[in-house]
Amino acid sequence: MGKSINEIQEELIEEFGLFEDWADKYEYLIDLGKKLAPMSDAFKTEENVIKGCQSRVWLHAEKQGDLVVFQADSEAIIVKGMISMLIRVLSNHTPAEILAADLYFIEQIGMSQHLAQTRSNGLVSMVKQMQHYALAFS
Amino acid sequence: MTETLNIDQIRADFPVLHQQVNKAPLIYFDNAATTQKPKAVIDALSAYYEQDNANIHRGIHTLAERATTAYELTRKKLAAFLNAPSTDQIIFTSGTTAGINLVAQTFGRANVGKGDQIIVSNLEHHSNIVPWQMIAEEKGAEIKVIPVSDAGVLDIEAYKALLNPKVKLVAVNHVSNAIGTINPIVEIISLAHEVGAKVLIDGAQSVAHLAVDVQALDMDFFVFSAHKLFGPTGVGVLYGKRDLLESMPPYQGGGEMIKEVSFSGTTYNELPYKYEAGTPNIADVIAFGAALDYVQAIPSEALAAQEEALLAYATQKLQVIPGLRFVGTAPEKIAVISFVIDGVHPQDIGVLLDKFGIAIRTGHHCAQPLMQRYELVGTCRASFAFYNTFEEIDRFVLCLEKTLQMLG
Repeated sequence: MGKSINEIQEELIEEFGLFEDWADKYEYLIDLGKKLAPMSDAFKTEENVIKGCQSRVWLHAEKQGDLVVFQADSEAIIVKGMISMLIRVLSNHTPAEILAADLYFIEQIGMSQHLAQTRSNGLVSMVKQMQHYALAFS
Repeated sequence: MTETLNIDQIRADFPVLHQQVNKAPLIYFDNAATTQKPKAVIDALSAYYEQDNANIHRGIHTLAERATTAYELTRKKLAAFLNAPSTDQIIFTSGTTAGINLVAQTFGRANVGKGDQIIVSNLEHHSNIVPWQMIAEEKGAEIKVIPVSDAGVLDIEAYKALLNPKVKLVAVNHVSNAIGTINPIVEIISLAHEVGAKVLIDGAQSVAHLAVDVQALDMDFFVFSAHKLFGPTGVGVLYGKRDLLESMPPYQGGGEMIKEVSFSGTTYNELPYKYEAGTPNIADVIAFGAALDYVQAIPSEALAAQEEALLAYATQKLQVIPGLRFVGTAPEKIAVISFVIDGVHPQDIGVLLDKFGIAIRTGHHCAQPLMQRYELVGTCRASFAFYNTFEEIDRFVLCLEKTLQMLG
């Protein structure tokens, strides 16, 4: 049995709690982006693009047993860092768990600005799209 | 010897510049998106609402008269600012985009027919492309595009080859918002006139930097926004030649734009009111008058010299950044620097610079056809105004280096 969505969120909050200034936080975020498991090129299709104003995000979802597994990528590394965390939190959970998730960690680690309307970077749409997949698979 | 500006004194006039963003002093290099407002503009706005607020033109009471006088005074100031032959030719709109749409839906609707052509350039903002595509589609007309060189200069020979009697309108910006190129509008206008085409010049990016004399330039239509000229958002200006404005059909119907209304027929008001249906943006028009006063009080040579010096200094300073490539290196450009850095997405640069308190713009700058031309997803754009300083540029370059280290 894997960790619950909230257990993973708490882990992330703890990890980010180690950093005192924004630069360290962002270096960690960039590092997470770089370490994101590469997305198979076969899934980097026009169909899987979530269009943001500035950077493209690709999202693929499939059901493995009872669980939804996500893969994603972006052209921009900070967005990729955010994606990496969203995947860590939501992937490998059941559709019901994903639909019920409250992603409070984003605000707690001080990254809510990346989900703000003005960023137009596709992250907001990505979260919605992840939930749409969960709904489709439920 | 050109007079130099007292930058500290000027900066003191702009309240917004004196703040910390993400615990660092704000550096505002997004002036091509919108300029900051001097205190005089902010004061004019609140004074209007505190003392004079009334609907204009039809009221006979004192407040209505004061508001009307102040509103019409801005129109007079604009006529002088542009050297327009009369105040009637200054139409208030909500911005550049609204002005272009007005011309597309009135002049375009009346004069563009099946098989006709409209010329735009590869340097245009979407707002000077889409309104023309809409009218062209409706009328069965064609859009032709003036190509742009690698440096960001319009190909005038190609433009000459595009011109023919089927061209009804040429719509070109005075200055490119994405890369800062100053276009040779004198030549563009006179060549268009030789084949009988009219010209709309989008002055959104030029009015804050270059003097515009609509008569000397033989402008048919000139449009711009107040907010890019230190004035409020929500106000724009359309200048047009009198015969064109008089012969074009009205745009939006409503109050103010009519002379007499009856169910058997309506007669329209005279210029400029024919194109100003409904209650206008009174407060912001009045405050725009204060912006015009403010900017015109600064000696224009000193203003231009300051911006030119900032551009030269930043261009030279940025050379040290490894992998940096300037996008747009036209010999004639305003103080806008667009650049990309090998292997780095512009958005990442913008996000991290913001953490350093530095506001630049990243993305396609609403000029996707230009980005397609250069095969770029977007650029980073630093755009300066006369209140920016050399120290700010130093810190910008330093923070850009730090940003790249973080991303590296």
